[in-house]
Amino acid sequence: MNAGSTRPRERPWRRLAGSQNRTLWFWAFVGPFALGLIVFTYVPLGWSVYLSFFDAHNTVSPTDFVGFDNYTSMLKNDAFTDSLWTFVVFTAFIVPTTYVLSLSLALMVNRMRRAQAFFRSVFFLPAACSYVVAALIWKMSIFNGVRFGLANTVLGWFGADQTAWLSTTDPPWYWLVIVTVRLWLQAGFYMILFLAGLQRISPTLYEAAAVDGARPGWQVLRHITLPQLRATSVAVVLLLVINAFQAFDEFYNLLSDSRGYPPYARPPLVYLYYTALGQGQNLGLGSAGAVLLALIVAVVTIGQARWFGLGRKED
Amino acid sequence: MTISRRTLLGTGAAVGLLSACGSNTGRDDGGSDGKGPKLSQWYHQYGEDGTEQAVKRYADAYDKADVSVQWRPGNYDEQTAAALLTKSGPDVFEVNGPTLDQIQGGQVLDLTDLFDGAKDDFNPVVLAPKTYDGRIWSVPQVVDMQLLYYRKSLLSDAGRKPPTTLDELVDTARELTTKKVKGLFLGNDGGSGALGGTPLYAAGLQLVTDDGKVGFDDPAAAVALAHLRDLYEDKSLLLGAPSDWSDPSAFVQGLTAMQWSGLWALPAVKKALGDDFGVAAFPSAAPGAKPAVPVGAYGAAVSARSAHKQAAKDFVKWLWIEKTDYQRDFALSYGFHIPARLSLAKKAAPLTEGPAADAVRFSTENGYAEPLRWTPASRVAYQDALSRIIKSGANPESELRSVVRKVSAELDRVKKKSA
Repeated sequence: MNAGSTRPRERPWRRLAGSQNRTLWFWAFVGPFALGLIVFTYVPLGWSVYLSFFDAHNTVSPTDFVGFDNYTSMLKNDAFTDSLWTFVVFTAFIVPTTYVLSLSLALMVNRMRRAQAFFRSVFFLPAACSYVVAALIWKMSIFNGVRFGLANTVLGWFGADQTAWLSTTDPPWYWLVIVTVRLWLQAGFYMILFLAGLQRISPTLYEAAAVDGARPGWQVLRHITLPQLRATSVAVVLLLVINAFQAFDEFYNLLSDSRGYPPYARPPLVYLYYTALGQGQNLGLGSAGAVLLALIVAVVTIGQARWFGLGRKED
Repeated sequence: MTISRRTLLGTGAAVGLLSACGSNTGRDDGGSDGKGPKLSQWYHQYGEDGTEQAVKRYADAYDKADVSVQWRPGNYDEQTAAALLTKSGPDVFEVNGPTLDQIQGGQVLDLTDLFDGAKDDFNPVVLAPKTYDGRIWSVPQVVDMQLLYYRKSLLSDAGRKPPTTLDELVDTARELTTKKVKGLFLGNDGGSGALGGTPLYAAGLQLVTDDGKVGFDDPAAAVALAHLRDLYEDKSLLLGAPSDWSDPSAFVQGLTAMQWSGLWALPAVKKALGDDFGVAAFPSAAPGAKPAVPVGAYGAAVSARSAHKQAAKDFVKWLWIEKTDYQRDFALSYGFHIPARLSLAKKAAPLTEGPAADAVRFSTENGYAEPLRWTPASRVAYQDALSRIIKSGANPESELRSVVRKVSAELDRVKKKSA
């Protein structure tokens, strides 16, 4: 027996709990969220990758291993590659238009001397509206194809024929509907981001520019405002692109009907939704598409971040 | 003992987490009020008033099990497909199928033995797609069909007769189109969804042949589909209506002179227009071919993951095979459907006169049902092509060639699976 030891031996769980139970409390608070993340995000993600290697029709516990067959058939599937093009076209429309519109709104609101808070709220309000609700309003009352739709009524005053906005592919009027609804919904939100950026620009810069003889307007915007907004712009463009990738709600609610979805303006998520979760329930093929899409999103986002130098320290 | 804020928060979080994992799945096992096992039965949302109350009344009247009815609005096919992957899905559910993959995947039970002695009384056209490998996988509830509604007065004003060929339909629709009224409404997508394979059947072709081959690999198919493009190009089609083809609103509001819709819309049309309407089948699309109408049936199926398989089958047999008075009530009292039982259809008084009688005649003489082998993947490929032909003016021959290729690959897949 060792009578010489004076310090009582620490019990193992005490050591695990950390000093003042810090570790214990860390897990008490972080644990539920980490668990949620694992159970509801990482497990399904991993499962999806697993499914993508099987012929999984109507089952999530498949047995028929098919290797890369799902991937090759997805890549050879013109409906899937078309949906990627749809996404590219949509992004090419929506990112610049939202950028320009929200920046102009921010510049205008920022110059207001009175009622700034009022206009800020008014332009921001649509961001609180649900995509589904807005899409239904756009589809059923503003841009419906019959003579009493709002757009057709206005055109009717000028003697124009009624236009079926969502059903016309030549010219592709449906893009007008899709782009305007998203523009209306999100421009206000990005305006707030730009406003915050604008308010951070030091007034002394403008004063110095004025002293140096810069004309107010384009010259100041080009050489003072835009460079100072660089960090905000990078964040806004990144968010816009990621949001465009996730586009589903307005497409689905504007264009789907009880018999499916038309072959145009079908972004990847809508296509995969029909493949994997529609009546076909081809979960293997749908998962393969989802994995491919995730890879593309990752590559694009990383490339974009590199290119813009996201997170680089500002000078 | 003092409770620190941390302890309180921690306990709260733990309790919250535990209660969030409760097991209220809306069903439980074992009978509680002496009515036998608990069964859950799903229906899609019918548009007609009174249907929900009716099916609940039928379920309450069953005394061997405690059946709770769930009325499910929204995307019913997606909901059932997902629910069938789990044990918390329905025991008994109605389905516009089941699909071939659901049958091959063992998700639904074989119901052949329920039909003992009653099989010949079911409409054979709708029973066929419920049959696979000689076994029957759901009990047809009612027969639904789609057909063409037309305004008699508008047609006679223009000096036209109801169209009997697709050429006539194109001409009539063009002539009836004015600044305010369009000639024809085939759905907001221009017809690719609602019509589906109907133009092919009206051209004497099929979607899938009886021996499992592509049934429309024929020049007549491209000719028929090209006519649908004519309708679109003439601007005779109503597009972008607030409610789609399945709802007769566009027709009764006078937005269109003719509309493709379902038999279920007939009471509403009759109420709004009185005698000023008639019905027709989809007109013949090739010389010598018969007009066509699609018929189909929601069927009652039993989930293979049900905890009470036998009880669920007994209930289906009771409601959809034995209780003919309920079947009659369900088919005729709310919307307008043809009873799936031939004996009931013959006795159904509302179906013996006027446009309803015409509709019943079409369903027997011109009816076709989508074959079981026409899987969702094939349907998507075909519908995409049809939409491109109608709206974008794509070449029907080359579009159909690529559809034929995709559909034969899909047919090979399901054939391989059954082998």
